[in-house]
Amino acid sequence: MSATAEATVLITHEVGLHARPSVKFTKLAKTFSAQVEIALAASGPWFDAKSIVKVMAARAPKGTTLHLRATGDEAKEAVDALVDLVQRDFDEGADHARSA
Amino acid sequence: MPAPLRLKGISASAGYAEGPLHSLEQIGAGYSPSGLPNLERAALETAVGSAVERLAALIETSEGDAMEILEFQIAMLEDDALTGPAYATIAQGLAADEAWKHALNAEISGYENSDQEYFRARAADISDIRDRVLRALSSESGFAAPPGAILYGDDIAPTRFLETDWSKGGGIALMRGSTASHVAMLARARGIPMVVDLGCSDVAIAGIALLDAEHGGIVLAPSKLEIEEFRKFSSSFAVRQDKARSYLAQPAVTKLGTPVRVQINIADPSDVDAVDIANCDGVGLMRTEFLFGRASGLPDEETQYRAYAHVLDWAGEKPVTIRTVDAGGDKPIPGFTVEESNPFLGLRGIRLSLARPEIFRVQIRALLRAGVHGNLKVMFPMIALPEEYERACALFAEERAKLEASSIPHKMPPLGIMVEVPSVAIAPEGFANVAFFSIGSNDLTQYVMAAARDNGAVAALNAVRHPAVLRLISQVAAYGAANGIPVSLCGDAGGDPATIPALLGAGLRDLSVVPAQLAMAKAAIAEVSV
Repeated sequence: MSATAEATVLITHEVGLHARPSVKFTKLAKTFSAQVEIALAASGPWFDAKSIVKVMAARAPKGTTLHLRATGDEAKEAVDALVDLVQRDFDEGADHARSA
Repeated sequence: MPAPLRLKGISASAGYAEGPLHSLEQIGAGYSPSGLPNLERAALETAVGSAVERLAALIETSEGDAMEILEFQIAMLEDDALTGPAYATIAQGLAADEAWKHALNAEISGYENSDQEYFRARAADISDIRDRVLRALSSESGFAAPPGAILYGDDIAPTRFLETDWSKGGGIALMRGSTASHVAMLARARGIPMVVDLGCSDVAIAGIALLDAEHGGIVLAPSKLEIEEFRKFSSSFAVRQDKARSYLAQPAVTKLGTPVRVQINIADPSDVDAVDIANCDGVGLMRTEFLFGRASGLPDEETQYRAYAHVLDWAGEKPVTIRTVDAGGDKPIPGFTVEESNPFLGLRGIRLSLARPEIFRVQIRALLRAGVHGNLKVMFPMIALPEEYERACALFAEERAKLEASSIPHKMPPLGIMVEVPSVAIAPEGFANVAFFSIGSNDLTQYVMAAARDNGAVAALNAVRHPAVLRLISQVAAYGAANGIPVSLCGDAGGDPATIPALLGAGLRDLSVVPAQLAMAKAAIAEVSV
């Protein structure tokens, strides 16, 4: 069965969706079989959320509204989990502004 | 057959090495492409795989920021989006190394052109990934330093030294470099032959070479006769070393029976693993810079605590003198030291630690906690004024009170100072309240003689046996003896058989040497009549 899901979430992390957060983000995305993509605008361009090279290429700074969309098995679960990770500030403490 | 060529240099670490030369400069330059796309693809796949393995191994010994950076590099290398373009151009006939460089350089320039500073800074990470794979690529095709190779180049980075497998011998031949560089110290500590200041050479350097790091020179494209002669020297050096070895397990005493304490200098906690504590009187100097220079990021309290505790546990009842971080000078640390036009006279040692108390306090806490593991002593580098010592002691007292309040086990160590700035050696009476003096003869000499120790052109001036330097040493020894303050010496001079008589003559009875020099130093002490 195939499903689709979409969501937006505000990036509050001090330096944005960068090296360390990207590792966590893509690792989590890869645990779902659905195809997951991110974009900085609803109109795209869309980047593969399972590729750290692509996620880094999105260059999403703090304050960006991140758009997510997924298709395939567990599409909704994938989007929900990734939105949750961003909202949890990637599980980083208050010292996350240090160089990564 | 090219004619033999001799280059004269300065010995930085005694010994002999006969082996193939390996250039330090050309990363991946030795890769020889097969011309077949499927083989090139396989070569790159293997290189990427071994780079990932290498990073995974580094993660085992890292934590915090450093570990996350390594995880980032692994994630990048495992991403088809990074490697895909390289494989695509290989399929079109490009060699593996060229394809990789093109693909990664494109990625790097994307970062360099970012309008966000954070992303521009990531270009260095991607460059690191690129070079790591290029090195693995040369290695897989048999062009990395073969076992027993003599590494040559302008200079060598400490990390490159640490990454090299020295188990099969080998040596280091540098066109420039210095006998007092960090790598030279590492080479002496591990007994790796090293010659510096060989000068500029336009000759194509390749093939077998003979490195004579006892007298300071290298023979390129040697004749059969030269090889025979070299092996004679080489084996006699081994005999002389063997002879000294009989002194290793004995306490050091002079010809007249005067006992001399001989401790060891270490740069890394693992340095003690190959040393029998019974053969030395403790650790006279444990450097902490390498803890700070690792991968990326400064070490956290736990990492430091474990490193210090490891050495203290090894030493048992014997003293371990740990020097607080001596960054700056020729030991820059990203994220800690500052760029200066004259770093040896700038913000280094205790000056930097006092300027960055948030970093210093982490080290202090780790030291206080480690203190319960044994007989810890702590000393501050580059002290010039009594006020600096007082401020450092006050920080120790503050951190101790915090640990006390949190009921965390700790112990206040005796706090001493390095004597390396001439102001202290000339007027030691300002430091009547320190727990001990440790003479840093390398820096003391360079400051007294105004001769940078990383500059081969003024190496002759950098002489610890100059009367001016020896007079200061004997003055400090006399002041210590008269006031009940223990005095030791932990510079390279302490392990130099030619200098040991002068140091004992100046009144010193406590020397600290690199482990590889323990036996030779004890043998030299036995010849002195004091």
